[in-house]
Amino acid sequence: MIAPLKPDLVTVNVDGQEIAVPKGTNVIEAARQLGVDIPHYCYHPKLTIVGNCRMCLIEMGLPAVYPATKTPILDPATGKQRINWMPRPQIGCATNASPGLHIRTNSPQVKDCREGVMEFLLLNHPLDCPICDQAGECKLQEQATGYGRGYSRFIEQKNVKPKRTLLGPRVMLDDERCILCSRCIRFSKEIAKDDVLGFIDRGSHSTLTCFPGKKLENNYSLNTVDICPVGALTSTDFRFKMRVWFLKQTNSLDTESSVGANTVVWSREGAIYRITPRRNDEVNDTWMADSGRELYKLVRADNRLTAIKVNGTDSGLDLAVYAAAQIFKASAGAIAVVGSGRSSVEEQFLTQKLAAVLSASVSLVSRVGAGDRILVSADRNPNIRGALVTGLIASLPAQKLTGLAAQIDAGQVKTVISIGEDLVAAGLTAAQLAKVTVVYLGTETNATSAAALVVLPTLTVFEKSGTFVNQQFRLQKFAKAVPAFAGATDDLVVLAKLAVAAGANVPAPDLASVWRTLAAEVAGLGPMAYANIPDTGLLLDATPWSALPFIEAEALHYQPTKPSAAVTA
Amino acid sequence: MSAPAQRRIIFQHIDEPGYSNDLACYVKHGGYAVLKKAVTMKPEAIVDEVKQSGLRGRGGAGFPCGFKWTLLDKKSGKPIYLVVNADESEPGTFKDRYILHQDPHQLIEGIMITCFANNVKQAYIYIRGEFPHGARILEQAIAEARAANFCGPNLLGTSYSCEIYVHRGAGAYICGEETGLIESLEGKRPYPRIKPPYFPAVLGLYQCPTIVNNVETLCHVKYILDVGGDAYAKIGTPNNTGTRILCVSGHVQKPGYYEYEVGQITLGQLLNEVCGGPLPGRKFKAVIPGGSSAKVLKFGETFTLKNKDGTSRTLTVEDLPMDFDTLAACGTMGGSGGVIVMDDSTDMVAALANLNAFYAHESCGQCTPCREGSLWMKKITTRMVHDHARVEDGALLKNVADQIAGRTICAFGEACSWPTQSFIAKFGDEFKAYPETKKTAPPAGALELV
Repeated sequence: MIAPLKPDLVTVNVDGQEIAVPKGTNVIEAARQLGVDIPHYCYHPKLTIVGNCRMCLIEMGLPAVYPATKTPILDPATGKQRINWMPRPQIGCATNASPGLHIRTNSPQVKDCREGVMEFLLLNHPLDCPICDQAGECKLQEQATGYGRGYSRFIEQKNVKPKRTLLGPRVMLDDERCILCSRCIRFSKEIAKDDVLGFIDRGSHSTLTCFPGKKLENNYSLNTVDICPVGALTSTDFRFKMRVWFLKQTNSLDTESSVGANTVVWSREGAIYRITPRRNDEVNDTWMADSGRELYKLVRADNRLTAIKVNGTDSGLDLAVYAAAQIFKASAGAIAVVGSGRSSVEEQFLTQKLAAVLSASVSLVSRVGAGDRILVSADRNPNIRGALVTGLIASLPAQKLTGLAAQIDAGQVKTVISIGEDLVAAGLTAAQLAKVTVVYLGTETNATSAAALVVLPTLTVFEKSGTFVNQQFRLQKFAKAVPAFAGATDDLVVLAKLAVAAGANVPAPDLASVWRTLAAEVAGLGPMAYANIPDTGLLLDATPWSALPFIEAEALHYQPTKPSAAVTA
Repeated sequence: MSAPAQRRIIFQHIDEPGYSNDLACYVKHGGYAVLKKAVTMKPEAIVDEVKQSGLRGRGGAGFPCGFKWTLLDKKSGKPIYLVVNADESEPGTFKDRYILHQDPHQLIEGIMITCFANNVKQAYIYIRGEFPHGARILEQAIAEARAANFCGPNLLGTSYSCEIYVHRGAGAYICGEETGLIESLEGKRPYPRIKPPYFPAVLGLYQCPTIVNNVETLCHVKYILDVGGDAYAKIGTPNNTGTRILCVSGHVQKPGYYEYEVGQITLGQLLNEVCGGPLPGRKFKAVIPGGSSAKVLKFGETFTLKNKDGTSRTLTVEDLPMDFDTLAACGTMGGSGGVIVMDDSTDMVAALANLNAFYAHESCGQCTPCREGSLWMKKITTRMVHDHARVEDGALLKNVADQIAGRTICAFGEACSWPTQSFIAKFGDEFKAYPETKKTAPPAGALELV
């Protein structure tokens, strides 16, 4: 990895503590590094600075110098350079670190400023907390405990604004709760590049709204809900479903494309309620696409596979594996594996072991969609690069399984092991499918599972742990958020059992064991262990695959190594 | 001491019988002679003359004009813009409208001189939406001047070109704030920008260096170049040079506009002699000396000010010279020159309710203290005049105002809190006694209770 360039550091003083930060770092971030919290609403590290909430007011001072000579003015009492404190408080978000900058965040004036802003924000804010979805993760609530008055001096009538405005299919607006911080407006304009939100009217009557004839319906609209510091914007999907403090948070990954946006899965008692982005400044900043947030619905989808079947009748895992092994024996030398770009690195590794022991040909199914140049890439498989790294494949998959179809037609393949892929959707005809015996591992029913002789239900990404390699060749891990769906078995267990039944020597089907073998056998995964992979991922050496025509276009935090070529047929 | 005579420099021809706002009349009265002289000068020399003159901006803040020009970022390589602030909306102020309506060429000449001095190629006149007639007159005057080569390409046969455009506002007080004005000119909501980093001299209109000057200020620039910076500096008083147009409104016999050398006339002379004193049977009670945002002065209060030699002097309200520095030392400001007079018939709570209603209506709503505080203050004072006053309301009002001033993005925070702070400080007894004294119906014209 390349060492970061040595930044231009300056020393600033926050409440008497000194810290060196890169020049230009704002005061909120500098103080955060010292563990000093400067409350704020409108400031967001990934958006432009507007300074409108005034919550981050601080006292600021600069070292005094003689105007003529620019030499320091020393304080006779201490012998140190005197600090000229500005009479008016300054906003921390727009105050950047400069040499010798002094900040007070705990003075009576700063406290008074924060209490004043808090009181103003609460004046017209409805007392909705008991029914508000934001309760528990509301910045206004949090700061009110620190800087609220505890009682109201306001005896006038509150402003009345629209309570339920549907801004788009996924976002509901409550204007009375809005504190007019403009984060959502800036996000739409600057990140989603879909400038549809704005304020109308003036003063305290200002109201957030969509521009006439427009809707907040871009694929990033739910990020506005995430960054809304209050309960003004809520998700129509999550609204009124669950109190956030009951939810367990699990780090996960967005599997909808090769971007691998980092996510948090929020679940309770085995049910997932929502998915939100997790900050990773190298991958997705603090954003993710709306489409990726819907994926949790796969866990309890109507077409979920729930029973191990052999020849159409319910079976047990070991019996099914035995049946599969018999099939492998009967069709030795005529077996094909259709692996998956949706499998984890560990699963792909075991798939590769299985294919090797069976001397089976391996193909993968590519998925291609339009890339949006933000956080959804053209490659809709999350882990094609994992298949390259583990050696499951050596070149990028074709769009359709034409090679496999030809082998079936030629009678060279009698048995197909499909790892979650629907072979019909991937290009086989029903007639070709009928010619082969299918062993199917997967989460959902489809034409292939219906035709399979052995059906082994496995897990969604939310029910297991593992790693993916994203478009940057960044190895990232995801963790099990909810228990396995009844009747489904961990993919690793199924793959390991199949491989062992076929005569292979594979590691025990747990992540630690698989990783010991991976680290030993796979070049580039070196001396790593699953537990040591950082939450923000680890960049792998991509040079062995630099000649491959990857299809992703330039996007947020992604630069193709060379001009993207058309997908190979 | 009787009041000095008016010194009409800017308003020389205002309301003069027979004087019209067309180019021919302006040229007949010597118009554009100064511009002709200016284009033969070095631009830096013009800037130096203006610096020498000590001219301070007439928009309200009194910022030194020549110094403002020297702050321009001339190294950026970006074009430099001049924006003329003709968004005259400070309550009590009505000077720029006379220039726009009756002597627009004086302004255009001032603009062109300023543009030439600062290498500006495009100037915008941002005129308030409520001046549709003024905008039409300006458009006409610019067309005339352009046809006569007093602006536009190859000004007066030189290689220098500069265009002037008129932009009408849509009726918002905040557009008078220079960065709000710039946002509005760019076609956005007039949300004032945060400073730093958006100082107009560096990152102004379209993120280019920009001068924002008031209409009256630019007319002074023309006069300065006519008589020379040194001669101009002798008008008025030191550090408060030139003349000021004072707009007197309210409870006086003869309200109107008056142009005097800065600091040469006292408030007492202005009100009692020039404006004919209070209405029959009334006495002066209070005066706001520089537009509605300025802090109110109470007749009867005295100010003890330090002299330069270390001694001090005590002044009554009547003694105060109408200049920038003395008024600032007395805790108020010369502001925009709008003098609002209130006599003893005035219900101070109702007067403040009126001002608060204005500021609540005009707060742009961008930053929290002003947005929420201005409406809160309005709601309190409106309630008070509607017979629901509480003894503690005065103290609450002051505290709310204290939570706004100095904590906002732009000066509107001060503008909306200074009236309340000063009314409570000086007429606090009236606010405290209001629940008792106000047992009858609200004063005529009081705002509807919301």
